[in-house]
Amino acid sequence: MAVCIAVIAKENYPLYIRSVPTQGELKFHYTVHTSLDVVEEKISGVGKALADQRELYLGLLYPTEDYKVYGYVTNSKVKFVIVVDSSNTSLRDNEIRSMFRKLHNSFTDVMCNPFYNPGDPIQSKAFDSIVSTMMVQAC
Amino acid sequence: MSFTRNLGRFEDDMRTLREKRTEPGWSFCDYFMVQVCDWLRELSIRAVGCSSAVHLCVDQEELAFVFEMLQQFEDALVQYDELDALFTQYVLNFGAGDGANWLGSFCQPVRSWNGLLLRRPIDMEKRDLIQRGEASLLDLRSYLFSRQCTLLIFLQRPWEVTARALELLHNCVQELQLLEVSVESGALDCWVFLSSLEVLHRIEGCCDRSQLEANCSHTVGLWTYATEKLRSLGDLCGLVSENGPDSEDLNKTVDLLAGLGAERPETINSPQSPYKKLKEALSSVEAFEKHYLELSHAAMEMYRVIGRLRSARLVGKSLAEFYMWLLCFACFLSCACGFFDRVCRYLQTSALLASDTNLSDEERRHFCQEILTFARQTAEGKGQQKDARVALSMSSFTRLQELRFRPSSALVHVSAALQLELRLCSLMPVPVTLEQISASIHFTQEQPGSTAQKRAAQNPDGTVTFPAASPASASASALELCEILEHSPSDNALSSAGVACRNMHLLMRRHDSTASLDTPNTAPAVAMEDAAQMLRASDVTLLPGNNSIVFTAPSQKPGSYTLRQLCATLGCVQFILPHIYPVVQYEVYSQEPQLSIQPLTGHNTDSMPVLHSSTCSARILSSSAELLAESALSIQSSEKVTSISLPVTPPYHTLEFLLEVLCHIPSCPARMESERLTNGQISRRSRTRFNSGMTLIDQKVSVDCPWSIYSTLVSLTFHVPFTIKHSLLSAGRRKFIQVCLRNVSDTNFRLTNQTLTENQHTPSLELCSLNTRTHSLVFRQQCVFSVWELRWSGVSPVSVHCEFSAAFAPADAPDAALKLYRYDFTLERVSTLYSVRAEIRPAVGEQQCCTGSLCRLEVSLTRLSEASDSDEEYSETDGLRSSRLLYEVIDNSSNWAVCGKSSGVVSMPVAAMATHKVHMEVMPLFAGHLLVPSIRVFKYQPRLASPVIQPDTDSCLENDSLSLEDQAETASLRSRGSVQSLGSGESAQPRGPMPKRQAFGPGQVFSGTQGQQVLVLPAADHHLMEVNVT
Repeated sequence: MAVCIAVIAKENYPLYIRSVPTQGELKFHYTVHTSLDVVEEKISGVGKALADQRELYLGLLYPTEDYKVYGYVTNSKVKFVIVVDSSNTSLRDNEIRSMFRKLHNSFTDVMCNPFYNPGDPIQSKAFDSIVSTMMVQAC
Repeated sequence: MSFTRNLGRFEDDMRTLREKRTEPGWSFCDYFMVQVCDWLRELSIRAVGCSSAVHLCVDQEELAFVFEMLQQFEDALVQYDELDALFTQYVLNFGAGDGANWLGSFCQPVRSWNGLLLRRPIDMEKRDLIQRGEASLLDLRSYLFSRQCTLLIFLQRPWEVTARALELLHNCVQELQLLEVSVESGALDCWVFLSSLEVLHRIEGCCDRSQLEANCSHTVGLWTYATEKLRSLGDLCGLVSENGPDSEDLNKTVDLLAGLGAERPETINSPQSPYKKLKEALSSVEAFEKHYLELSHAAMEMYRVIGRLRSARLVGKSLAEFYMWLLCFACFLSCACGFFDRVCRYLQTSALLASDTNLSDEERRHFCQEILTFARQTAEGKGQQKDARVALSMSSFTRLQELRFRPSSALVHVSAALQLELRLCSLMPVPVTLEQISASIHFTQEQPGSTAQKRAAQNPDGTVTFPAASPASASASALELCEILEHSPSDNALSSAGVACRNMHLLMRRHDSTASLDTPNTAPAVAMEDAAQMLRASDVTLLPGNNSIVFTAPSQKPGSYTLRQLCATLGCVQFILPHIYPVVQYEVYSQEPQLSIQPLTGHNTDSMPVLHSSTCSARILSSSAELLAESALSIQSSEKVTSISLPVTPPYHTLEFLLEVLCHIPSCPARMESERLTNGQISRRSRTRFNSGMTLIDQKVSVDCPWSIYSTLVSLTFHVPFTIKHSLLSAGRRKFIQVCLRNVSDTNFRLTNQTLTENQHTPSLELCSLNTRTHSLVFRQQCVFSVWELRWSGVSPVSVHCEFSAAFAPADAPDAALKLYRYDFTLERVSTLYSVRAEIRPAVGEQQCCTGSLCRLEVSLTRLSEASDSDEEYSETDGLRSSRLLYEVIDNSSNWAVCGKSSGVVSMPVAAMATHKVHMEVMPLFAGHLLVPSIRVFKYQPRLASPVIQPDTDSCLENDSLSLEDQAETASLRSRGSVQSLGSGESAQPRGPMPKRQAFGPGQVFSGTQGQQVLVLPAADHHLMEVNVT
């Protein structure tokens, strides 16, 4: 499953980021950060008029030797990034999509929380647990 | 259409074969290379249209080949993709535990990692390996990819190649892990590095630059991947370790390089092949650094171009890490080398702090003292570390303000004084005494003037103004702060106050990383160049604030000097300004010595002094420091080359000396036309002119100097002061030679030793001087005569060659100035042949001659010697030889009227003392002592002995028949010879062969009665008496 899951605000600052091997946390941060380049490229690549019909799932952002980075952008320009271990070959595209969908739903729930201030780091336990289900079971 | 059907059947076959893959014993390799029935082979042959087809193994790949040959690249690609996907699936299944035996061959350890090979359309080598079932996973993947790559490039989709390549590389790495193939660590890195560079090269090979730049979003992934891999290789091989690679690392490197095998023949000639790059990068720390930086910068640049700034920064981060390591490494080195670099950095920081005006004075003094203390310590203590000097940047120490040249043109002569005044502002808080401040100079031997345009930075007044602040201090000092107060408009109360930075846009500007790469950290970059020439100033004390240092610039050689670096030495510490900007140049030129020659003329310039010699002063302006003593001045004149050695002359001194030029008066001026050559070169051109009685001799003198290829030519005109004439005088048989020397100049001369010598030294000849004085003065425009008697014994000489010589000098000159003057002449026909006497007697019966009465003129011609003149013609009649003479009575003063013929021809027998007398009648026209008319005698040569003029030869007066002819003849002769006409208006008609008369040489005919006078009385019955006194 995923090794890193990140939620990034419209203004490109992280709302939530969590990765499994905690020792390489910085590396994942870099990876997610770099992936924003591709996300922006993909968003701007689609014309403004088509923005509404655009699919939220961005697909594989870029592969590295060890990881595959997938992206997802909500209509409010909040970005979800999921990093998956490359060796996990059994993971299909559909599974990634469903992961994003689950993530999106959970994020919507967070946003619906009246005590949540939009733009603040997400500190919801429910969101945490959803992310945990998607993360590699190793930990 | 049978072809389509056949193809369809083939594909069906293929499919059934594939269906069997779940059965045990199926092998991918067999399937890959499966043999299919002959008809398919034929089909393919037919399809290709090539009768001599090789024995083709038809399988799925063959099918792809078929498609490829049919130009169905898309379909061929699909076949390969299918193969690829199939293989991938197997690997995945194998990883999932679904064992397939044939995969075992792929699980053998990887032994070769020589990257992709995309330059051949089909890599038969690998294909053979696959056919034999010996291929490793990398081989198979490489082969498949190279085929795909070829097809994609055929399809004009190079950018898909890069995407697929990246995928393939990732995939392979994963698959090898999955299959648990044992791979030597680093081997995959090598493979990936080589492969990605190979793909990039292949793409570069088929696209032009603009296409590449537009599509670098596709290639940047490969670049980054290659960079990462190189970095990890560097880590692995100890190239990024503190103390360089140890033996273990080296072993590792050797193993890795061994796995690369030999370089493929395709790339062996290209200098930038991935193979060579990798080998070089792994060879040394420096090479690795170079390649790594190169790749990193390429990747970063591409990311920046496509707008992926975050990715660019990520690469930049790893680069930064690398730099960090470099720093650490430097740190480590400095530890090892006695804290050298750390000290260096500390001192640099101290210098920066000491110059920072924002700090308190106390702090600044402290840091400045740190530097001074260090400099003093090291200078005292560590003599052995003389070369270990600490080089610091000068920008924190002083700031250059202005440089002034003196003279301001910055253009001086060789070894002339040129001073440079450097104004600089010391940033130190205390006075600093520098041992030396020096500027290295770059010298180029250029022609002066060619660099005049380059010195645009120099002001016309010879100053160079340096930019107000060097970049380092700009960021430190240029913070422009101002306070902002805002008052509310209503009640004018202060509503806000703040501080704003006016030039924030300058300070906050992002510095380009590539630019900053050039000066990464100033300390190691600052190095003093070795320069042959330096500007030096020793023991300079720099006070805080403005200082002025005067340098004396070297100017030993002509050329252009450019100031390069400035270095201030303080003990062991050197403050170095690596580049002096703007460019400061000065030029040194050299000037050859100049030579000028001025003829010294006493009088006007046109005519040289009339002397035989004139004095010339040569003026040599030496303007170089060369030793002129060694260079001899050679002066060529006429046949002689004169060399003059000059004394050592300091520069800018004038050497002036007099040259006395003598021109030998040519002994015979009339023959002086020949030009003589010396050493194959005309050294003298003398020309004689006769001008107003004086002979002019033009001489050219050329002066050759060793330092110049040009010769200086001086034209001198000499005047021969004398004209000379000689004459032969006779008195009967005695002969006298008279030489008349005329001084045509305006100077009085002294003449001595006038001698006349006979050139041939004939013993029978003797010249007796009749001159009484040996010394004589010849005044200007006057003549001096000298006479010699010519005596001979025996046969009279035919011709006498004589040379007159006299020593002469200006009248007031000493004897030493005497010069010889020669005059050559030749006398012909010296001896007297005939003696002519004329006698006038009164008519018979008269006592005296009276005017108006006829007198008798008796002319007697006597042959004095036997024929010795070869010119004489003889005619022989009756055995008697005789020569014919023409005589002529000439009365120049019209005193006499000749009655009858005045001329006639006589025949003289050739015998000594033969006398012929002619009588004629003359009438005196005046009374008094009248000169006897002169008689001239000529040789008479009847032309061609024509019989008409053959006389009767009775030695009488010529007969009348001849007289008419002769009369006409003589008249014509007279007019021709400008002899006084006797009133014969008859014009000579040239007719037939003409007789010719020929004059005798001077002295051949002696007139014995010349100057004799006859008393003529006036006629008695004349009322009027005319008396003519001559």
